[in-house]
Amino acid sequence: MRIAVQPLLKVENLSIGFSQYFRGTQKRVIHPISNLNVDINEGEIVAVLGASGSGKSLLAHAILGILPTNAIYSGSMIYRGVELTKKRKEELRGREISFIPQSVNYLDPLMPVGKQVQIGLDKQSAQERQKMLFAHYGLKESDGKLYPHELSGGMLRRALFATSVREGVKLVIADEPTPGIHPKALKEILKQLRQFAKEGAGVMLITHDIMSAIEIANRVAVIKDGQTMEISAASAFSGTGEQLKTEYARRLWRALPQNDFECQELRWEA
Amino acid sequence: MSQKILMRFLRMITLMFGLSILTFWLLHLSPIDPVNAYAVSDTSMSQEQLEKLKEYWGVDKSPVKQYFSWAGALLRGDFGVSKLYRTPVINIIKSRAMTSFVLMGTAWLLSGVLGYILGAVAAMKRGKLLDRFIKWYSYILVSIPTFLLALILLLVFAVWLGIFPIGLTKPIGLANADVTLADRLRHFILPALTLSLLGVANIAMHTREKMIDILNTEYVTFARARGETSWQIFKNHGFRNSIIPAISIQFAYFSELFGGSVLAEQVFAYPGLGITLTNAGLKGDLPLLLGIILIASLFVFIGNFIADILNTIIDPRMKRGDIRC
Repeated sequence: MRIAVQPLLKVENLSIGFSQYFRGTQKRVIHPISNLNVDINEGEIVAVLGASGSGKSLLAHAILGILPTNAIYSGSMIYRGVELTKKRKEELRGREISFIPQSVNYLDPLMPVGKQVQIGLDKQSAQERQKMLFAHYGLKESDGKLYPHELSGGMLRRALFATSVREGVKLVIADEPTPGIHPKALKEILKQLRQFAKEGAGVMLITHDIMSAIEIANRVAVIKDGQTMEISAASAFSGTGEQLKTEYARRLWRALPQNDFECQELRWEA
Repeated sequence: MSQKILMRFLRMITLMFGLSILTFWLLHLSPIDPVNAYAVSDTSMSQEQLEKLKEYWGVDKSPVKQYFSWAGALLRGDFGVSKLYRTPVINIIKSRAMTSFVLMGTAWLLSGVLGYILGAVAAMKRGKLLDRFIKWYSYILVSIPTFLLALILLLVFAVWLGIFPIGLTKPIGLANADVTLADRLRHFILPALTLSLLGVANIAMHTREKMIDILNTEYVTFARARGETSWQIFKNHGFRNSIIPAISIQFAYFSELFGGSVLAEQVFAYPGLGITLTNAGLKGDLPLLLGIILIASLFVFIGNFIADILNTIIDPRMKRGDIRC
């Protein structure tokens, strides 16, 4: 099978830098991401796991080509066998590549939520499709007419999620879609992510929540300080973590309260 | 809400009261003697006649007495009689106001639309040549005084090119009935252009800043991630988020518009409120001066009031929330 040979998306040696001024006039380049590798196959869910500030969101923005203009990046991103150039990203995003952003600030404060979900849908069926999606994610039809400030955080997250559901989506990048969401809605969202994978799409789930990562992901990539520490099967996160390759991943796993929480290893005193 | 509007109107009344006192006092301090200013045109008047005129106008009384007799009449709806024109002030204002308001209205609309478009384009093309061009154009315009721009336009279009007349609202020596709309339009274009060009810079720079802020928001980042083109981003998000602040800025611009029209009317000898105001000030025609100042402050107040309303009430984020004063 060719599919197994060629990953849907392969990110290699990605490095992202920002040039900034410090002490007034001196210019320097900081590198929040250096040497990051990750790959996703069709029909696979890969969780990208890391602490806040480890560069997870930047990875998502780099794949979509929505980094701020002062960002410089190098490395290669191969999507379906072809390099993802700036132009190709512009063509693919919103069509083959879907993005679920991290915060509800990604919604336009002055546009009714329903209308925002309709953007990018086929004009004739957009309204109907949006109503269907709302019903699917437990939002009322009347919610569609409300502005973002009139809905709760959990409802907005579900609306954001609804924007990602498109015909012909091949890659879904979900940037922390779960915090603050009702357990029932959370289940629905995880189910939908699995559904994406079942339909043959690759899913990149960016999260710092180890439990929901290993619950639905096939593989987990552990990121620290903008570098890939290791990529292991989700099943390796079990027991005392003896199947994990690096010490960092093992500590991360064992730091969970239910996994024999060891504060000495984390060196609180240091 | 109604409480807020009421407070606003109370402030308006106190403002007008203060303004009238200030104007009265300033004119009292000024070296202009209305009787002398009036008599310049008629040197044949004897000392006796001048004394009689003083008594007739009431300028021999103390300024406090004068003020109260004026204010008392105003409360009964009487703006007084102009010393210069010998007609009730309200009639003069009525006949001149239309000319000025058409001029200002046109300039307001033109500069608003043009300025918004320029500002939006500059922001969308930030850092590009077009943006730099629009920025420089705006900087130059805001630094040019109104009368200078008026003089330059007059020099280029009326004197050198001879396309437009040098002033007035209609050709000299024509009876009102014989003046065509085309004539009026030809006389109207230069003053209107002067005012419009100046207004453009203000709104363009404001819209540019606002639009750049919008383009840097997360919702625009998300829009890009969803494959929206630049035009779609403007149509879906940019316009929606920038138009209310732009319109309210344009309403708040009323004061500068009026100030600009005073200068532009002077240069083009365009007989509106502005030129009448200047005349009234120079000739010490107190009732006329006060009348126009009150009308102008009402005009500016209404502009600011609308700007305020737009900012707080039209925004849907305020609509269903509680509105505080």
